[in-house]
Amino acid sequence: MDKNQFLFLLSGLKWTLALSAIGFALGSVAGLGVALARTSGRRWLERGAAAYIALFQGTPLLMQLFVVYYGLALAGLKLDPWVSVSIGFTLHAGAFLGEIWRGSIEAVPRGQVEAAKALSLGYLDRMKDVVLPQAIRISLPATIGFLVQLIKGTSLAAIIGFTELMRAGTIVSNQNFKPLLVLGLVCALYFALCWPLSLYGAWLERRLVTAAR
Amino acid sequence: MSVAAKSVAITADTMIAMRGVNKWYGTYQVLTDINLAVRASEKIVLCGPSGSGKSTLIRCINALESYQKGEIVVDGVHLGSQGKAVDAVRREVGMVFQQFNLFPHMTVLENCTLAPIRSRGIPRPAAEETARRLLDRVKILNQADKYPAQLSGGQQQRAAIARALCMEPKVMLFDEPTSALDPEMVKEVLDTMIGLATDGMTMICVTHEMGFARQVADRVIFMAEGRIVEEAEPEIFFKAPQHERTKKFLGEILPHH
Repeated sequence: MDKNQFLFLLSGLKWTLALSAIGFALGSVAGLGVALARTSGRRWLERGAAAYIALFQGTPLLMQLFVVYYGLALAGLKLDPWVSVSIGFTLHAGAFLGEIWRGSIEAVPRGQVEAAKALSLGYLDRMKDVVLPQAIRISLPATIGFLVQLIKGTSLAAIIGFTELMRAGTIVSNQNFKPLLVLGLVCALYFALCWPLSLYGAWLERRLVTAAR
Repeated sequence: MSVAAKSVAITADTMIAMRGVNKWYGTYQVLTDINLAVRASEKIVLCGPSGSGKSTLIRCINALESYQKGEIVVDGVHLGSQGKAVDAVRREVGMVFQQFNLFPHMTVLENCTLAPIRSRGIPRPAAEETARRLLDRVKILNQADKYPAQLSGGQQQRAAIARALCMEPKVMLFDEPTSALDPEMVKEVLDTMIGLATDGMTMICVTHEMGFARQVADRVIFMAEGRIVEEAEPEIFFKAPQHERTKKFLGEILPHH
């Protein structure tokens, strides 16, 4: 494998990172909305959010990417591949993060909300100052676990022709006929991204457990 | 001294009026025909067996619980279903909980300044000044920059009392404030409450601390099965309870003579 091929892999890695970052950032915004809707106490909001979560948790990510990429094009909506893949990952991450954060919001003791209400704090202040800071702490290990899944999930974008790390690896191995070496290297790069995150998540979880004692 | 408010007449100094309040959980009735008038700076002690509805009653006053029938008026504001009335009432009514419910991710001082800043729009320096004054009054000013978990139970409950006082409420509700405390910490919290009573605060306290009731209550109210069974000045309440249920309850919680 020559230097150019290696650099090509690294440029694929760059797109993997970019796609993960976009999916996670926009997915966080969507997920926060979903989690708040899911805990709003308003029946229609809760049902709508629950249906969205069920749909995206109950279908394969690859299918979701296909539908956004090909489906929207067939429906006459021509989108840049970047945009459609970003939409796909945002919707996917929004559902999973929404569900993780709903659980975390509900894990904050009831007395916290009651104390905030008794102090006449309105909904936004209750959420922003009292509930979410505690919920985010509770959710961190699971959130990081999902981020790891998301990073690995971006490899599916290869199938719809998006040149991220996985597809870059396939292209290079088709050129130099050394799939074991190239794909092994691709694996190592994914591992180098994901393993430290997993370790960090496990460390946070241990710290949360000790703090709760 | 105090007059048993059988008909719940509203006078100029009525702070809280409950008229015919009924509440159900499904088909189970938790409150039945509650009539109660509390005058400004009156101290009420609510007692009764567990499940008698006493906590539910005071939680209706600041709309932590809803009720299906009847009317509650706090300082002239009808506690209807509209959010504005609820906000207005909660600004004037402080509450202290059995489990303290301090915000664990904020220092004691931040706990005390959050609501005045957010809800009353008081600038931070003024809110902090008030908070320090009230923390000094409950004798934990030196704990202001600590987090709740670093405090003893008694200190946490006094911090919670200071937090409620920072909103400068007209009424304070206490929901079994000493029940979660180790015995040696009960006194410091009761002393704080006695001090508050002496300063003329309107107070409704759900508590089984009968010594406290004797010392500060204007009226003791006994509840059972969601009804107000008996109410009287403490002298009369403890010496000559009228109803069998009251006698039985007092026999169970008071040391035998």
